[in-house]
Amino acid sequence: MSTYQHPYKEADFVIRYLLAFDEFCTAEHLDDLNSDFVKQVLSEAEKYAVNHLLDLNQYGDQHPPILAQEQVTETVGFARAYRQFVDQGWPSLSASEEYGGQGLPNLVSVACNEIWQSSNLAFSLCPLLGQGAITAIQQHGSDWLKQQFLAKLVSGKWTGTMNLTEASAGSDLAAITTRAESAGEHYKLHGQKVFITWGDHQMAENIIHLVLARLPNSPAGVKGLSLFVVPKFLLDTQGEPSIKNDLRCLSLEHKLGIHASPTCVMSYGNNEGAIGYLVGKEHSGLRYMFSMMNHARQSVGVQGLGISECAFQGALHYATSRIQGSDAAGNKLTIASYGDVRRMLMLMKSGTEAMRALCYFSALIDDQKNAAIKQHKASEEIAGFDASIGFLTPIVKGWCTELAQELVSLAMQVYGGAGYVEETGVAQHVRDARILTIYEGTTGIQALDFSIRKTLLDGGAQAEHFFSKIHQTIALLATLKGSDNLHLSLSSALDDAQNAVKWLTENPQHANSVAANYLQLWGYLMGGWLMAKSFIVAQSQLQNKASDKAYLQAKLMTCKFYTEHFLVRTKACLASISAGGDTIMSLTEQQFFSHVN
Amino acid sequence: MKVLVTVKRVIDYNVKVRVKADKSGVDLNNVKMSMNPFCEIAVEEGIRLKEAGIATEVVAVSVGPKACQEQLRTALALGADRAIQVEAEQGLESLNVAKLLAKIVEIEAPSLVILGKQAIDTDNNQTGQMLAALTGMAQGTFASNIEINGEKALVTREVDGGLETLELAMPIIATTDLRLNEPRYASLPNIMKAKRKPLEVKTADELGVSIKEHTKIISVAPPTERKAGVKVADVAELVDKLRNEAKVI
Repeated sequence: MSTYQHPYKEADFVIRYLLAFDEFCTAEHLDDLNSDFVKQVLSEAEKYAVNHLLDLNQYGDQHPPILAQEQVTETVGFARAYRQFVDQGWPSLSASEEYGGQGLPNLVSVACNEIWQSSNLAFSLCPLLGQGAITAIQQHGSDWLKQQFLAKLVSGKWTGTMNLTEASAGSDLAAITTRAESAGEHYKLHGQKVFITWGDHQMAENIIHLVLARLPNSPAGVKGLSLFVVPKFLLDTQGEPSIKNDLRCLSLEHKLGIHASPTCVMSYGNNEGAIGYLVGKEHSGLRYMFSMMNHARQSVGVQGLGISECAFQGALHYATSRIQGSDAAGNKLTIASYGDVRRMLMLMKSGTEAMRALCYFSALIDDQKNAAIKQHKASEEIAGFDASIGFLTPIVKGWCTELAQELVSLAMQVYGGAGYVEETGVAQHVRDARILTIYEGTTGIQALDFSIRKTLLDGGAQAEHFFSKIHQTIALLATLKGSDNLHLSLSSALDDAQNAVKWLTENPQHANSVAANYLQLWGYLMGGWLMAKSFIVAQSQLQNKASDKAYLQAKLMTCKFYTEHFLVRTKACLASISAGGDTIMSLTEQQFFSHVN
Repeated sequence: MKVLVTVKRVIDYNVKVRVKADKSGVDLNNVKMSMNPFCEIAVEEGIRLKEAGIATEVVAVSVGPKACQEQLRTALALGADRAIQVEAEQGLESLNVAKLLAKIVEIEAPSLVILGKQAIDTDNNQTGQMLAALTGMAQGTFASNIEINGEKALVTREVDGGLETLELAMPIIATTDLRLNEPRYASLPNIMKAKRKPLEVKTADELGVSIKEHTKIISVAPPTERKAGVKVADVAELVDKLRNEAKVI
């Protein structure tokens, strides 16, 4: 059984103090918004999640959706939970008010997503994909598409999916073969897509598939892909679902984790062809997909945070109640009394706090960008925010999801043998978390994007941008009493990062081999920077006689621990980066078999 | 018809309650606070009466420090039309709360006042009854059903022997039992709307009520921890222990 509570003080600390959300609201004239309001929204989100999603998590794991008579039926109870989700208005949170959304900042949406993801990762994927479909249609769709589909997607009455992958086209989308041909006002699609999350279910009246396909005589490669809206049910003249489109789920994957999320093989156009509507212009599909990519990838990073938090809380309850051994006086001890278990708890605590700071920090930059657009600020300013978002996205996705593997695994370690037994629930977290480094672009893809497109391509400009911010924090820390030489540790990690950028710039031909370490180095550094900023904030609150000493002092120690145990990993990363790719690439493929042949 | 519902800010039911070191009370510093679950039922009943077209306005009122505005905002997000906070220190005794509420009842003149039958922090189960006495209104406590028929109200009460239904002349005071309804969650659009709903603050002075303490807390102690049990060899030993040690037979 999961025992999850929303870490409301932590969320409030990050939003209200670390990110100074109230100042942002005042500066951007978001008069109705403030941290108190966000706190209230999160408290209602927790109530919903704890009462509707949490109990279904283990049940869904054991009772996955079923495919029968060409349709997928989701786990019993999910439809009710989804209905409640829609009734409470959660799908519309950050969508534009024009289409019935609440127009709330991305930061609020991310903080709520964390709650859904901690409570039930498999469920949370369904609305997450809907958000992607909304963005695609809103940003690139025609007025007709918007009018037909947006309001129903925003309200959650209909759900959305993303169809990119095919059996032979995974990380390489150039290999996509699904065909689309013009048929008057619409197009007809033929082809097969795999790994389509929530590709079919009965929770909503209609499912809107966004499908990448190739038009006849289109340019080769990714430049020849177009994006289509393909509804499960075609709409009648009233805009209501009527006849079934020529598409269906062929089979469901049997997966390691997220069992309750139906992963479908989708077949389009078995007969006359699935009717689809072009989004934007022909041959621009991948560009449109990329405009959703930052958001989708960051959301997966937040999933890493969500599942780590939930696993951590379970381990914490176990460690503080499981009795093993006694002290010299014969008093029974919980396993949390032992240094090694404490170390694991601190790793989980400091790791999740650093992840949360990074995820929320990145979300707020998106809001700053949107505010700048709204106020018609200079295009350089908007481009600057865009560049920062682009830079942070692979870190949020690649680092948080990799760190999540370590943290959920530690949670299981705390449980010992009991954790390896399914009953305690931590095993499910370990299995569920494993997908996170794979979907929405593997860690390898994130690392390549980060080292080549986000570092080398702009000549290290964004890297410099964050270096200067970190420098400011170091300078501030150096003047702070009782900072325990944190500034020296952060400064040393910053040196490592600067050396890594320098090495990469001088040896771009090694980028592929060193990218993973380069990405992780930045993750530990950014986490360390935000923890250092948290330290400064917490200490100033303590000096101002803030009342919640227990929380704030724990925060100081957690920041210190992060520095001692995570930030130091930049050293190992740099050592591996500097070793370059020669050894990595030195064996022939045959040599890999030399120990068995 | 106007309905007044009362809301108390209490320690969240998930929080493990700790007694202060000086035993003067429960430690409420920096712990999670929520709306008393019985008050949630009161708010829900008010909103349902409005949805059924019986009530025209639902007013939520809370007595406490500024922080209790958080719970009033929740009541507004759930569907109350406006809110009143009566500024007072945390943990006022029941009679003082009832006196302040009586003044609000005098000003607002509701046809129905719904309170939680008790709050989960002190479990006093007094305020509703005291308010009835102070206002002279009829009372239906521990309600599991409330039916309004014009000038009369039928209140079904959960009593020891089963259910008791009273016919009361309006205006009345009702206190909620657990089975009255199942409270809803606030929807996101309603949380947004609640930001613009009016929340008025009044003080005891303005209401002309002087706060007097009639009781004094001498000491608050946690329940004694359960001691480990013992295994008995046979029934004879069990009977012996029950008779001579526990002295229950």
